[in-house]
Amino acid sequence: MSGLAAVVVALPVLPAAGALTLLAAGARADRWARWFGVAVSGAVLVLSVALVFGFDRRTPARLQGVVDPIWVPQLGLHLHLGVDGMSLPLVVLTALLTALCLAYTVRHLPEPGRPRALVGLLLLLEVGLLGTFLAQDLLLFFVFFEVVLAPMYFVIAVWGGHGRVRAATTFILYTVAGSVVMLLGFLLVWARTGTTDLVVLAQRGGSGMPRSVQLVAVLAIGLGLAVKTPMWPLHTWLPDAHTAAPTVGSVLLAGVLLKMGTYGMVRIAVPVLPAGTAVVAPYLGALGVVGIVYGSLACLAQRDLKRLVAFSSVGHMGFVLLGIATLTPVGLNGALYANVAHGVITGLLFFLVGGVKERYGTTDLGELPRSLYARAPRLGGLLAFAAVASLGLPGLAGFWGEFLAMTGAFRPSADSRRALFLVLLGLAAAGTVLTAYYLLRMVRRVDQGDGSGPAVADLTAVEVTAWLPLAALALVLGLVPGLLLGLSAPVVSGLLGAVGR
Amino acid sequence: MSGTVPAIQSIDYVALAPVLVVAGGSLVVLLVDLLAPRRPALVGGVALAVLVTAAAFLLPLRDGTRATFCAGPVPRLPTACSYVADHLAVSVQLVLLAGAAVVVLLSTGERRLPPGELQFLLLASVAGAVAVAAARDLASLVVSLELVSLPSFAMVALRRDAAGAQAALTAFLVSVVATAVTVLGVAFVYAGTGTLYLQRTAVALASAGVRQPLVLAGLVLVLAAPAFKLAAAPLHAWAPDTYVGAPLPVAAYLSVVSKGAGLVALLAVTMTGFGPAASTWAPAVAVLAAATMVVGNLGALRQRSAVRLLAWSSVAQSGFLLLPVAAAGSLGPFGGSGGSRLGSAGGAGLPAAAAVAYLAAYAAMNIGAFAVVGAAAGPDRPPAQLTLDDLRGLARTRPALGLSLAFFLACLAGLPPGLVGLVTKVRVLEVPVRAGSAWLAVLAALASVVGLAYYLRFAAVLFAPAPDTGTAEVPVPRPRTLWSTTAAVGLTLAVSVVLSVAPALALGLLRA
Repeated sequence: MSGLAAVVVALPVLPAAGALTLLAAGARADRWARWFGVAVSGAVLVLSVALVFGFDRRTPARLQGVVDPIWVPQLGLHLHLGVDGMSLPLVVLTALLTALCLAYTVRHLPEPGRPRALVGLLLLLEVGLLGTFLAQDLLLFFVFFEVVLAPMYFVIAVWGGHGRVRAATTFILYTVAGSVVMLLGFLLVWARTGTTDLVVLAQRGGSGMPRSVQLVAVLAIGLGLAVKTPMWPLHTWLPDAHTAAPTVGSVLLAGVLLKMGTYGMVRIAVPVLPAGTAVVAPYLGALGVVGIVYGSLACLAQRDLKRLVAFSSVGHMGFVLLGIATLTPVGLNGALYANVAHGVITGLLFFLVGGVKERYGTTDLGELPRSLYARAPRLGGLLAFAAVASLGLPGLAGFWGEFLAMTGAFRPSADSRRALFLVLLGLAAAGTVLTAYYLLRMVRRVDQGDGSGPAVADLTAVEVTAWLPLAALALVLGLVPGLLLGLSAPVVSGLLGAVGR
Repeated sequence: MSGTVPAIQSIDYVALAPVLVVAGGSLVVLLVDLLAPRRPALVGGVALAVLVTAAAFLLPLRDGTRATFCAGPVPRLPTACSYVADHLAVSVQLVLLAGAAVVVLLSTGERRLPPGELQFLLLASVAGAVAVAAARDLASLVVSLELVSLPSFAMVALRRDAAGAQAALTAFLVSVVATAVTVLGVAFVYAGTGTLYLQRTAVALASAGVRQPLVLAGLVLVLAAPAFKLAAAPLHAWAPDTYVGAPLPVAAYLSVVSKGAGLVALLAVTMTGFGPAASTWAPAVAVLAAATMVVGNLGALRQRSAVRLLAWSSVAQSGFLLLPVAAAGSLGPFGGSGGSRLGSAGGAGLPAAAAVAYLAAYAAMNIGAFAVVGAAAGPDRPPAQLTLDDLRGLARTRPALGLSLAFFLACLAGLPPGLVGLVTKVRVLEVPVRAGSAWLAVLAALASVVGLAYYLRFAAVLFAPAPDTGTAEVPVPRPRTLWSTTAAVGLTLAVSVVLSVAPALALGLLRA
């Protein structure tokens, strides 16, 4: 096993071992569980950085650090793991957000405490997330996809706010309903091709599966991924889950969990089922754009800061879907870029909203005093920064993904669809205006005012530790888009090669 | 029966050994109880030894080639045997014996039951179940299925209280009706094909002339007795009442061993005996499977009692056991790669392999769940009265029990970390997908979502804060758990964990 492969294997194994240790340690671990969580997730973060440096960036399209032992021969299920230019950023994002969440938990433990259980669940969550992004086998992808569910359910149901059990139940039932249908799609692909290996399937590019089979498979698989993304009208689980979840839950939910859906579309649907994907792409784009407009209109109507950020995810993920639907290199690169950027920015926004909630005890826009600039200038400033990053100000991370997705829509892969995509482009552009409007209104409402209201503390040390890396990343990704595009572009052209064939 | 049967048959006692050991062992248990009365641990130990010995006698049968009680070839008909220790038989016998052994462990803690009678009846019933797994003619199947049933009714009523009597009577009445229907079906099939041997009915049914309406009706009617054992809708209604009325180990026995006997009977009859007429029985099994999944899951959703919830969920699980058989009909004329002739060189065929893998996983996790509920109730409290609220906070007040139960529930729901449940569910779903029965696959997928809802509700209760009684952290003194119950939980947990790490062991039990 090469050194890189050892890192790839260690990435999901380390947090799993950490979670098992906490399980075995018993109740006395409550005292040191949080620092233990920081140590384990920090080690995972270090590993992911080692992966970045070990990764051969000259050939990002090549799968690297590959391991492929057989696990369940009867199902042809291999523990096939590896990393390429598309999954690398998401692996790092997962490791970073998890580590920041656990660092944040050291000082901000949500009610009802129980740090050992919370840290264990967050580590388990990390296992599933990393595994999903590393898996190169359809059934293994499904297994890791499911690993995420139970921990997130309990994070929301135990540490959440008002209406937590209902929100957690809705989240898990929606997702599972989608993912079992996705499983049927995977089984269909397997039954027709005789393999579940993603690399082999991507090389074959759908050969051996007639268009009708591909269409059925892509509809089944797409349904599961679309629920996760979430795509309008399958998004209804999202606002409640995000709002009810504790801060760290919302950050991971919006920051990484949603990305599993769109990542799966690019990783699986586009290369494995090209003919089927080409048929559903315009519908995907249309629903994505509906999501953009719907999300921003819903945000305009929100009275609650956390719900507003939650609904903004529906809109932002709509851009990702639009980018995928163009089936062009530009659009797909934009989608992958927006994926990561949204993870960084929305993760930061949920952290900030959590900070506001801790200070004022509410996130109701009607009750919050309009005085953050006056009372806590650094917190207010960071909130404004995150908001303009989210609305896609050039120079910040939010800009490139959406810009490229819309550029892709200007010239979609199939000329016959140009008219449709031009309409979608117009609507998406209107969506960006609405997005800017509601985010700026939010900033004005929370930050700018007469300075009335109770005195609150400004940023604390742990908040700076947990939040500044995200703010810095939002700036760096905005200024140097080549960091990500250099990784994803060769992968995307490889994936689209299958469509072209 | 057609075919010349020699006057003196040579009997292969090696093939029969597992049945003979268990049947003989049941008499030994009676003797031991007579000589040293009221010694539950001793009698339980003997019963356990009997089951382990029987399992050891499966070793020489591993290659799956032995058969006995055979009728030689006659013109146009192959050699046929009443008792065939093929791969299907041996793998299912292993699962049933292991399941029964854990039930024995559980039952040694039952202070209110006469130990000698209980273990005698249990072993007698297990002997029937082990015989069912290898019975390959319709008469032997019906008789050995009855041998499974009759002692189990007595076991249900063994506590000699009103609830037990009513539970036994309910099961008995439904069983009698189901058996009568099956016997009628056997008669129809015999009238049409002139044979009871499954290997010969398969040959006879291959010719279209034999497939008269009477015979076709017979094929479907035969399914009644196995469906009763599986608690498949519409013959499911007895199960929840009987499970709740019966002593807990007996409920666990009914839900796993007795159900496994029903499954293997169904597999033998449909895949071996009626393979060429799959277009007749497959839709019937499909309706059974679909109805069972829907009824079982919807029934379980409403339950507040722990045992009743497990009872309804085990009805729902039967739907998954039936699923591969239901889809087998569309998988090609002979049900999969290996063909329907079970035990042939190619393997048992995908549907049978999938169903047996699911049964093995289900046996471990379901008995485990019952065992934890029994342990949580303690020796002095009837587990049937336990509601979900009584188990609130179990993972915190008694972490080992609570976490074990949570793991079993995750396995039953097929949600990680219960990987064995997930992988066997994938295996079972594979059959309808390969067969192209989209509606069955989608229905099963949705049923598993509904299943998740109640398993999750159950698991969430375990992790919820313990009921706040104001003063005491734990309101009642924690009952001591018997070592035998601990062993039962530990064994099932160990098997579930090992199978979750290496699901290939479950899936490889029976080669496809």
